[in-house]
Amino acid sequence: MCLAVPMRLVSVEGNEGKAELDGIARKVSLDLVPGAKVGEFVIVHAGYAIQLLDEKAAEEQLELLADALERE
Amino acid sequence: MTTESDRRKELTGARFRDPAAVRALSEAIARRAPGRLLRVMHVCGTHENALCQFGLRDLLPSWIKLVAGPGCPVCVCPAADLDMAVRLGLDHGAIVTTFGDVVRVPARITLLEVKARGGDSRVVYGIDDGIRIAKENPGRQVVFFAVGFETTACTTAAALKRGVPENFSVLTSHRLVPPALEALLASEGDALDGFILPGHVTAVAGLADYRQLAERKKVPMAVAGFEPVDLLLAIKELVERIVAPGRHERPVSNAYGRAVAEGGNPTAREAMSTVFEPCDSSWRGIGVIPGSGYRVREQYAAHDAMRRFGIAPDPDIKDTHPGCRCGEVLLGHIEPEDCPLFRNGCNPDRPIGPCMVAFEGTCHARYRHGHASRVQKKER
Ligand code: SF4
Repeated sequence: MCLAVPMRLVSVEGNEGKAELDGIARKVSLDLVPGAKVGEFVIVHAGYAIQLLDEKAAEEQLELLADALERE
Repeated sequence: MTTESDRRKELTGARFRDPAAVRALSEAIARRAPGRLLRVMHVCGTHENALCQFGLRDLLPSWIKLVAGPGCPVCVCPAADLDMAVRLGLDHGAIVTTFGDVVRVPARITLLEVKARGGDSRVVYGIDDGIRIAKENPGRQVVFFAVGFETTACTTAAALKRGVPENFSVLTSHRLVPPALEALLASEGDALDGFILPGHVTAVAGLADYRQLAERKKVPMAVAGFEPVDLLLAIKELVERIVAPGRHERPVSNAYGRAVAEGGNPTAREAMSTVFEPCDSSWRGIGVIPGSGYRVREQYAAHDAMRRFGIAPDPDIKDTHPGCRCGEVLLGHIEPEDCPLFRNGCNPDRPIGPCMVAFEGTCHARYRHGHASRVQKKER
């Protein structure tokens, strides 16, 4: 089936947007991520953005990792 | 300050491939030896592919056995559901649209073979392509055969909620992960020490059901993303919870925070509960699991293919080909290599069972990437 992949929103028009990753662009429905803005990262699955990726949480995850490894 | 390229690396996962972190994490896991064999299950085909592709099992100590559970939606889709899709194409003259792998899964015949017999089946990327085909063919009935877990169910729900053309309907074969975990725990008893939770399913559905189950059954769980660091971080969190449960306030750890919020995606959950209601559903090779599927609610009945065409699953359809051991592979009871047909009559070009068809199928992943793990093979 289709994988879910993180992509960056490069355009938004109403409920539709265009998302891009490594030069590959595709049309995505934004029905499930209302209010998503150009520049934000989304998880794309079967033509839909199914969730926004959280920048702060990504940093926290990297900090958690650094902490965990430092304590070892 | 985070630069645009740093941001991209964090959010697309590139930062989570760092070889030094991978090494350090696997060493950290190895230091937590519990003095017994741990059996940990993941339930996601994309996890199996990542584990095989990055050779992660070889980086883990021999006391962890990482088994693949029923994580491939195409594999668990019962033959009787596929057969309904075939009948819609052959007997009802509908254009049947669905995902790539689904058309190749053997039932009585495959959806691909429907074409050879004069029917019309088409591969699409998602439900919106099916809707487009319906608009282009106003004189025809167009059905989207909706297979998939919560990650896909929310897209079906969003489309129906938005509104679809009169000549469009869905044949749903969606399956939900938490009831399957509960059923696995009931049937496997103490043989499972913990679960690695699927990152994108939980990104949609949130963690509440898993927290409840983990607490009730006293089984630790950790959410994992799909990069090597994501998976190893989750395995480390999980092992710590198995080895020293008292030291952790909560049995469920979220090691994929950038995608998974506690409540999942509220818009997606709302769409699913508006359009669907849970129902008992059959999983190929496993059987019926209470509350593990979705049925289209009455309000959307006009676009439910089963009601529109008056069809029901044929109870006489057999789920597996004689000799195919997909049922045992899906439960993690055997490795694909234990099936006598693996590489020996069954391969991705001529699959005998569903586990060899789909990219997410365990047999397919092992076929493409090779062995599960030298160490773990010896353990068996
Ligand atoms: S190798 Fe083929 S026949 Fe054997 S369990 Fe896997 S899909 Fe079934």
